[in-house]
Formats: sequence, C-alpha cells, structure tokens
Amino acid sequence: MRVERRLEQPRWLSLAVPLVSIVVAFVFATIVLVATHHPPLHTFRRLFDAAFLSNGALSETVVAATPLAFTGLAAAAAFRMRLFNIGGEGQLYAGAITGATVALLLAGAPSPIVIGAMVIAGAAGGAVLAAIPGILRAFFSTNEIITSLMLNYVVALIIDYLIFDSHSYLRDTKGFQASVFPQGKILPNEASWSSWTIHGLALPLGALLAVLLAVALWGLYAGTRFGFEVKVIGDSARAGRYAGMRTRRKILAVMCLSGAIAGIGGASQDGDFRHQLDPRGLTQANYGYTGIVVAALARYNPFAVVLVAFLLGGLQNAGFTLQGADFPNGLVGVLQGLILFCALGGELFVRYRVRFDRRRTPAPEPVS
Amino acid sequence: MNNSLLVVVLASGIAYGTPLLYAALGELLAERSGVLNLGVEGMMLVGAVMGFWAVQRIHAATTLALLGAIGVAALAGALMALIHAFLVVTLRANQIVSGLALTIFAGVAGLSSYLGNDLNLARAPARHQFQEIFPKSFQNWPVVGPILFGQSALVYASWGCVVLVALYLTRTRMGLNVRAVGESPAAADAMCVNVTRYRYAHTLVGGGFAGVGGATFSLSITPQWIAGLTQGAGWIAIALVIFAFWRPTLCLVGAYFFGAFTALPFALQGHGVTVAPELFQSLPYVMTILALVLVSSRAARLRFGAPAALGIPYVREEG
Repeated sequence: MRVERRLEQPRWLSLAVPLVSIVVAFVFATIVLVATHHPPLHTFRRLFDAAFLSNGALSETVVAATPLAFTGLAAAAAFRMRLFNIGGEGQLYAGAITGATVALLLAGAPSPIVIGAMVIAGAAGGAVLAAIPGILRAFFSTNEIITSLMLNYVVALIIDYLIFDSHSYLRDTKGFQASVFPQGKILPNEASWSSWTIHGLALPLGALLAVLLAVALWGLYAGTRFGFEVKVIGDSARAGRYAGMRTRRKILAVMCLSGAIAGIGGASQDGDFRHQLDPRGLTQANYGYTGIVVAALARYNPFAVVLVAFLLGGLQNAGFTLQGADFPNGLVGVLQGLILFCALGGELFVRYRVRFDRRRTPAPEPVS
Repeated sequence: MNNSLLVVVLASGIAYGTPLLYAALGELLAERSGVLNLGVEGMMLVGAVMGFWAVQRIHAATTLALLGAIGVAALAGALMALIHAFLVVTLRANQIVSGLALTIFAGVAGLSSYLGNDLNLARAPARHQFQEIFPKSFQNWPVVGPILFGQSALVYASWGCVVLVALYLTRTRMGLNVRAVGESPAAADAMCVNVTRYRYAHTLVGGGFAGVGGATFSLSITPQWIAGLTQGAGWIAIALVIFAFWRPTLCLVGAYFFGAFTALPFALQGHGVTVAPELFQSLPYVMTILALVLVSSRAARLRFGAPAALGIPYVREEG
C-alpha cells in the first residue's frame, strides 16, 4: 500500500469526506453504546428528536448554534492563514465582559444605539485580547497556539474575579438572588437584542449577525487583495515576504479580526440570551474549543461553518435537553469527538491518494 | 513551626504539583519526539475515572489494589493517546485540532463522564487511597517532616520518574534517537531510526503518564470520582512543559511552583489573609506566556527551545 499526495483535490471529495466521516462516527458511537448496554437506535432517535424535530427544538438549536457559529468563524478566519488562534474561548469571554459593561453604562439610551455599542465593544474586547498573541507572534515569533490558550484561562479567572471575588461594577450586589449566590447585574431592557419569529422558529439577532459575518468573511477572503495575501502567506510565509507582503501586519490584522468575531459572539451571549455577565454559564460551555471543531469540520469555509455550527448546536441542545433521566451522560462529547476524529482521518483521503499495488518497482540503480 | 505559611504551602504545593508533574513528564516525552498533544486534560480524566473504577473493583490488599489501579489508569491514558498518535502520525492530521478533539472526546462532557456515569462511580469514596507512607513521628520533624515525609507514595514515585526520564533522554541511545526524531526526523530517518515507531511509543507513554496524573486526583488528592475533577490541570501541564524548557528536572521545580500557587490562597486564608484566589491561579498561565516569549528569540530557541519538528508531521517523501 502506498500513500501519495494528490496533485489536485477533486471538489466532490471535500464534500463527500465530511459526510462519510459523520456516518463512520455514528458507527463508532453505536459500538460504544452497545458495549455499555444502551440501545443505539433508540438513543440516536431521541437525540435527533430533541435536536431538530420536537416542539421548539429548532429554536433551541439555533440558540446553541449561534455562539458556535461565531467562534467557528473566528477560528476559520485565523486558521486560513495557518495562524492557530485557539483563544476563541477567552476572546468570547472578553467580548462578553466589554459588551456587558457598555450595556450597563449606556442604560437609558435608545435600544439600537445600545445594541450597536455592544457589538462594537464586544468586537473591540475580543480584538484587544487576540492582539496579545498576535503582537507576540508578529514581533517576537512566539508560538501563538500556547499564548492564546493560556490567555483563555487568564480571562476565565478575570470573569470569576469580577463576579465572585470582588465588588466590581458588573456584579449585582443589591438584588435578592445576589445575596444567595453571586451573579452579574441584569442588563437593562434596551440591551436586549431583538429577535424575530418565523413560523414558530425564533431567530435571534446574533444568529443573523453570524450569517452576515460569514458572508462578509467569504467576500473578504475570496474577493479582496487582503484575502489573497492571507492565503499566500498561509501557504508559504516566505513566498509572501519575497512578494513584498507585510507578513507582520497581516498576522496582527488576522488575529484581531479573529478575536473580534469571537468577541461579538460574547456580546451576543449577553444581549441575546443571558442578559447578564454569566461566568459559570460561559466558562462551562466551551464555545471556543467547540468552535475550533466546527471550523475544522467545515474545512475553514465560512458558509460550511454556519451549517456545521447548526448541526453541532443541535447535538449540544439535545444533550442539554436530555440531561439526567436515563440518557447516557457525556454521549454528546463522545459523539463530537468521534465526528472530528473521523473528519480528521478522512482529510488524508482528500489530500492523498491511497494506492494498493503488490508489485514494488525496484528502485533504479544510482548513477555514479 | 510546621504550621508556618512557608511549610504548609511547600508541603501542599508538592501534593498539588504531583499530578501536574506526571502529566507534564508525559507531555514532555511526546513533545520531545515531535508530537504536540493538547489532549492531556482528556487523557487525565479518563485515567482518573478508570483508576478509580479499578480500585473499587479489585478485591485485594491495599497495595496491590492501588498498584493495579495505577496500571489501569496508565493503560487508559495510553489508549486515549493511541487515537491521537494514529491520527497525527499515521494519518498526518493537524496535531492541534486532533489534540483538542481528544480533550472534547474524553473530557468533562465526553467519555470520562460517560464512563463515570455508566460504571456508577460518583458519590462513593475510594475504597483504597494513597496515604502518607512515613510514620507520624517522622512527619512531626520540623520543616522537613511535612514537606519530605508527609507525602504519599505517588510523590516519591514521581521523583523516580523524573530521574528516569532525565537519564533516558540524556544518557541513553534511545533518548538520543528521540531527541533526533523531535529535532529533525529526516536526519533521524537517514540514521535508520524508525520515526513512526518512536513517535507512537512516546505519545503512548505520554498518555500513560497523563493517566497516572489523573489517577493522582481520584486516588490521592480528592480521593473520589467527580466529573471534571482535574479542573484544567491538563492545560497547566502543557504550560509546564514550556515553562520547564522541555527539561524533566525543571518540570519538577515548575510543578511544585505551580502547585504552590494553587495552595497559597487556602494557606493565606488559614492565616486570616483573604486574597482573591484568581490572582494566584492566573500566575502559572501568565508566567508561561512570559517564559515562552523569553525562549522565542533565535539564539534562545537554539539553546533552550522547543523540539524543532514539534507539531510537524513527517512524511518521508516530503521530508
């Protein structure tokens, strides 16, 4: 058996491989379920029902998918340039902190202004945080993987500090519930992001924003000079430099772009769903890490990111709805992991061609 | 005297640092062979749950049961690492994404909780646990008593592991080969070193160490099974490897240093000083970033830096 690199990657493969990997992942999950004495078909059926079919399930799935779309787009934007920003998690928290702060500061202003300011503040918060690994990478060539990862934990601790261990501006110190358990101040009504209901399907502003961002990101990467340079630098930084591209600036710009997208996701958490700075809810959801999974499954294509976020959001929503009862705990993580393993493994078949031939052609004699 | 702040913090810093040390030693071995495994947290959790399961099920004397449990934990961690190794070594997948996938697959919301739930392990204390092995009279000695003699067997075993790993990497032929595989796989390949086999072996052993690190939580520190009981220790372990510049002995120092930061807020509270624990908890991360910046310059990278081929798949025809 030989594995050789394909000269061209056929288009149909980049669609077929993810689909086949999902099927294979479910086969593996079936094995896990059977091995632990759970009925696989029944379990999958319940999972699917709770994710997409049952009453109101679709709306809940959109709620779960929205943050994943943001963090997925954030990861896709950076990974396209082989800039491995795995700080989407922390950048989302940062956006949630700045978004909530602005919402509280602007209480009383007209709603569109507050919402607009929250989006900008969220983007700024995420971008500033992402700029740290960006600057370190651009000017000190420090590996951005580890620095962005470490910052996730730093920001998670900052959120904890703001709500649990200080009397910060964001913490509710007066309310009745706050005396029982520390929590963030409830944001004013003006800071509630609008949502539209179409045929019983609730679409929050954040979800629409994510779709718009996907279109914008696609346009940026497919149709502008900036996008072209990002791709060239991603494929070969050296070639980019020889062509006179400003790699350092590009690294910083892409990092900030990626952070800003994740940050808007954080602001959307405040405005769309939680209406307060919610440290436990945010830090336990792992939106940032799952976003990387989403981006990888979508092969960094913005539109595919939205689609995959919707599917994985459904899975998460189902896991959340079916929690407890007799539903196997942790199955959702197992399934997500398996899907990703299979997709990663399948990637080999997109990039390489596997050939089976028994006969080995003897290596030609070296000419002396 | 034994209640003084420094002694308490050092003693509990060593206890809290031990799981970090095991996991970091494992990650160090994998990274020295060129494989970055971000799945440490997941492997630790699976090690923790399987080790705990073993100790509940093995009906034997305490020592035997605990030894068996450590073996099971190491095996479970290695099995998890096998997935990563297969994906990144054989299938040449992206190491970052694969490692994160492993953490999602095995972590809090994944396999470890699935197993803990399915094997019915929650809400029961461990039937056997690692205890201080020296008699109480030793532990009452001033200063060294609690620090050196108040620890469990896992702590002393970890010191042995540090020495073994350090000797292995610097004094044996195989250790030299591992370093070659991590620095320049093409050169190692030309010297007839089997790159694939070395990478597999060290990723698997690394997973085993992570599993033991996880079991340190469920059999000694906590000692019971709670979903997600490692609370991010796996990520600190990854940070620790960098902080220690990929050297086993520095791992030991760093692990206790980071462990002391976990212990410090509690100890301070005991002395009536309230400090936000987040301040100390964030220090390991901030210091790792600083350490990483320090070793990023070209000269320092050659002297202390990461294995040159870290994170890069090796394909003979393209090497």
